[in-house]
Amino acid sequence: MLDIKNLSKTFAPGTPNEHKALDNLSLHLDKGEFVTIIGSNGAGKSTLFNAICGTFIADAGSITLNSTDITSVPDYKRSKLIGRVFQDPMKGTAPNLTIEENIALAYSRRKSFNLSAAIKKSERSFFREKLASFGMGLEDRMKTKVGLLSGGQRQVVTMLMCTIVTPKLLLLDEHTAALDPATSEKIMEITNSVISENNLTTMMITHNINSALKTGTRTIMMDSGDVILDIKGDERENMSLSDLLNMYNSKSNKQFDNDRILLSH
Amino acid sequence: MSLVLGALQIGFILGMLAIGIYISFRILNVPDLTAEGSYALGLVTSAVMTVAGHPYLGLVAATLAGMAAGCVTGFLSTKLKIAPILAGIITMSSLYTINLMIMGGNPNISVFDCDTVFRAAYKLLPMFKKEVVKVIVGAVFAIFCCGVVIWFFRTGIGLSIRAVGDNEDMVRASSINADFAKTLGLAIANGLIALCGGVYAQYIGNADVSAGAGMLIIGLASVIIGEVIIVKRSLVWGIISAVLGSIIYRGIITVVTGFHFLPSYSTKLVSAIIVALALAVPAVKERISIMKKGGAKNA
Repeated sequence: MLDIKNLSKTFAPGTPNEHKALDNLSLHLDKGEFVTIIGSNGAGKSTLFNAICGTFIADAGSITLNSTDITSVPDYKRSKLIGRVFQDPMKGTAPNLTIEENIALAYSRRKSFNLSAAIKKSERSFFREKLASFGMGLEDRMKTKVGLLSGGQRQVVTMLMCTIVTPKLLLLDEHTAALDPATSEKIMEITNSVISENNLTTMMITHNINSALKTGTRTIMMDSGDVILDIKGDERENMSLSDLLNMYNSKSNKQFDNDRILLSH
Repeated sequence: MSLVLGALQIGFILGMLAIGIYISFRILNVPDLTAEGSYALGLVTSAVMTVAGHPYLGLVAATLAGMAAGCVTGFLSTKLKIAPILAGIITMSSLYTINLMIMGGNPNISVFDCDTVFRAAYKLLPMFKKEVVKVIVGAVFAIFCCGVVIWFFRTGIGLSIRAVGDNEDMVRASSINADFAKTLGLAIANGLIALCGGVYAQYIGNADVSAGAGMLIIGLASVIIGEVIIVKRSLVWGIISAVLGSIIYRGIITVVTGFHFLPSYSTKLVSAIIVALALAVPAVKERISIMKKGGAKNA
């Protein structure tokens, strides 16, 4: 499904600010796998997502998605296959367009140059129905500008936009981190149901180790631009929070320094 | 009466300029300085073609030339990563030479005795006075452009262009080619502005290579006046308000210069003051509210 081989990326090479963000990283995902990703600040989690999405082209290595080599495909073409939800609720939606216009834009990833009406009648009710299934009451505000919605509501709209055309891969980059606990829980609920409904192959970065171990089917831990721990099945079932932290300390020879992870307990 | 008709004529014609400026400044959120060059480009293209006996073709050619100019600016800013404001300046400067080339090196030409779309309209509508016909022709062009632009920005590709100006990251994540959408938006804006120049050349009866100077500020003043008049923020109202703003702006200029408050060459100063005042309103409002709270000393 997703096959990453020996991926490397160095930012600002040859300068004092040189930073090896991805270091010979390899990772394979099977179809339908739901991988949660944890790691300390600057471990390369978001950089990995950026590499998969094509925000930059990697220095070395290859990325294969759905048996197509996408290593040097431009970002907008990759997004036909990949849905991504950012931590910042402002990033995923256009604030001056209405809810239905935003959804229509995401839905139009079917075709590129489209001179027919942006939103057709049949689509209008389809969007409404889809949004209603999330149970946030947003279906009655289809003509509201997205900029007027709360962060949580915007994330729900983004979630629908990323999944309305079923993506091959869904990337969630701490998409609940900017929300209050209740909203965050609600968004996680919606996320889980969307993923299981469509059997989506998913990668989720989280700072909540508990939810990293509870949600999904597999957990990886990253450090210094590489995967240092990869657990699934029984091993994962029986893993406790302190086991995980101990493993991190022994593997990377340093203390776990993601304050948000530590503070969330 | 003739002052009112004159204001309506120019107001409608320059309404197309205002729509173009609205597209680049408001919808695309790009401070596109190409406008001054593409206005003159449309002006001279239309004038040269009119002299050659093709007034209609002249308008088509002016529009296409303006679109090409927009594409150049788009290419410079998206593919070559030149800051949009600089990309516009580069295109604008180069167009000055190109415009002179189109006119065979002459800085201005006259189309006074040639057949124009206005003359054709006089024959078509003999029951009206010439001054009224000029208003009708201007209005037809402005309303036609409004209609086409509103239709276009409601299509799928039009929605993509609006989204690019709103949140480019999101557009890239929606598998839309953001560079293409932005370039297409600039092409449409400059095509309209060049068409405006083309119609204006046939209206006024001559074309001067320096006619584009200061047109940007006139367009911007129209857009801002329109936004003050019509508070509703939507695509349809935005475009209509740009044309209305252009007419009201022309009315203000007519009052200021027609009644000899200021000499007739002061239009650009007046527009600059209107734009500066309108843009200053939020800052002034904030300052006043701070002073009311008594926080001025700490601010």
